[in-house]
Amino acid sequence: MSKRLAYPYIGWAVLFTVLPLIMIFLFAFYNKSTGEFTLENIERLQDPVVLKQVWNSFIIALKLSVITTVLCLLIAYPLAMILASKDYVAKGFLVTVFVLPMWMNFLVRTYALMSLLETNGLVNNFLSLFGMEKIVFLGGEGAITLGMVYNYLPFMLLPIHSVLQKIDKKYMEAAQDLGCNTWQVFRRVTFPLSLSGVISGITMVFVPSITTFAISEILGQSNILLIGDLINYYFVGEGNDWGLGALLSAILMVIILLTTMVPGGGEESSEKRGVIG
Amino acid sequence: MKALKKLYIGLILFFLYAPIVTLVFYSFNAGRNRSKFTGFSFIHYAELFEKREVMDALYNTMIIAVVSALVATLAGTVTAIGMHAMRKRGRGFMMGLINIPIMNPDIVTGISLMLLFQAIRIIPSGMATLLLAHIAFNIPYVITTVLPKLKQMNPHLYEAALDLGASPAYAFWHVVIPELLPGITSGFLLALTLSIDDFAVSFFTKGNGIETLSTLIYASTKQGVKLHINALSALMFVTILGLLLIVNILTRPKKHADKN
Repeated sequence: MSKRLAYPYIGWAVLFTVLPLIMIFLFAFYNKSTGEFTLENIERLQDPVVLKQVWNSFIIALKLSVITTVLCLLIAYPLAMILASKDYVAKGFLVTVFVLPMWMNFLVRTYALMSLLETNGLVNNFLSLFGMEKIVFLGGEGAITLGMVYNYLPFMLLPIHSVLQKIDKKYMEAAQDLGCNTWQVFRRVTFPLSLSGVISGITMVFVPSITTFAISEILGQSNILLIGDLINYYFVGEGNDWGLGALLSAILMVIILLTTMVPGGGEESSEKRGVIG
Repeated sequence: MKALKKLYIGLILFFLYAPIVTLVFYSFNAGRNRSKFTGFSFIHYAELFEKREVMDALYNTMIIAVVSALVATLAGTVTAIGMHAMRKRGRGFMMGLINIPIMNPDIVTGISLMLLFQAIRIIPSGMATLLLAHIAFNIPYVITTVLPKLKQMNPHLYEAALDLGASPAYAFWHVVIPELLPGITSGFLLALTLSIDDFAVSFFTKGNGIETLSTLIYASTKQGVKLHINALSALMFVTILGLLLIVNILTRPKKHADKN
């Protein structure tokens, strides 16, 4: 049982994790024909048409992913509290039922949602029973947000629930004995103790939301370009501009690194905060 | 208050499951329409097995999942054992390396690997690049499942076996590996599910002319959907459900043994 067994993986990780990430920066800041460092991809962002497209896709991705994250938190936190309370005998089973959709391919889930929301889909057919006009759900920001909440809700529920479940109920009882009302117990005891779960839930919802391209393409019917769609467009789609695509990926990567590294402070410390009891 | 809680739970369950249930329900539709149910039939399932592209995608997905999970399990277990023997600083460094692919969004992982494969050009894009990419994102998950089992293991067990005359190899295979087996098995199954489930990384690394089930579903949503995709989705859901059930059954008896 020697530590040398771990060394081959360092080589592997350099080749298949670190080097690929360096490649993104190389493609973004390197001129293939002259072989020199270049800022030309950044300069091309000064073209008002390109800049507007990039800026819009960033802003809309940020907006929709923030809304998604807030909605997921507002829906999942009360649910996690209910599931963590002692009221339910079969709560282990219930938690599994809530988390199960997470294991279903997200394209299948998105596709399922799309068939429900189509102009001739079940929801519209149901509404027309009451003599209502057909509503165009697909193609807008609402459909994309709904799709993201639908897909990522379990990612918010799971970490919050596992932290809430571990909190010793005696803390809440003590706070009550000392004169806190229900709201004060929540605000001063339960919520601060569950913060590590909330933070990891936020990360687990925010990161896939801001980087998605399939959900927005399917439910937004390609009407709305998120930053993920734009990157996809430059690499695989008609854009065919790897330098610009790489630059956008690099910017996206840095933004995510900044937003996830700062509040979390690493897995280990958040774990420690979660098990005070 | 209690009724309100039940209503809340019910509403969210409805939100999560209504699309899945209707999807599966319509896969049994005798007609071709996605909004009118005209009768119960298996025609869309039968159609599935006649479609060459679906069968090819299924075959690719399975090969990639099994091979990448096997390789990742082997590599991940060996690496975890090595990491366990490291001092805190070395282990911290390794954890950093492992966390990069776990933390990175799929689209960045996919594009970064695509650029690497394009730049070195030795590996033909297709099955080979897909396998390498899947092994690359699976190994960290196997390591993080096996490592806790190593920490839980009594460190003196291995030494005791050596003291009692076992050779290091014998002690490893007959003492250490059985202790780690639940972790290794869940790591393997996790890798299998992640590989079947993956879309973004496969999408960017596959190149032209090869599809997995995920990329096939993605492509077909653009062409207007047909009900055989419902059938395919239903089958995928049942498969994943089965795998999760196996994981649960495999990990449950171990808990009882721990208590004894």
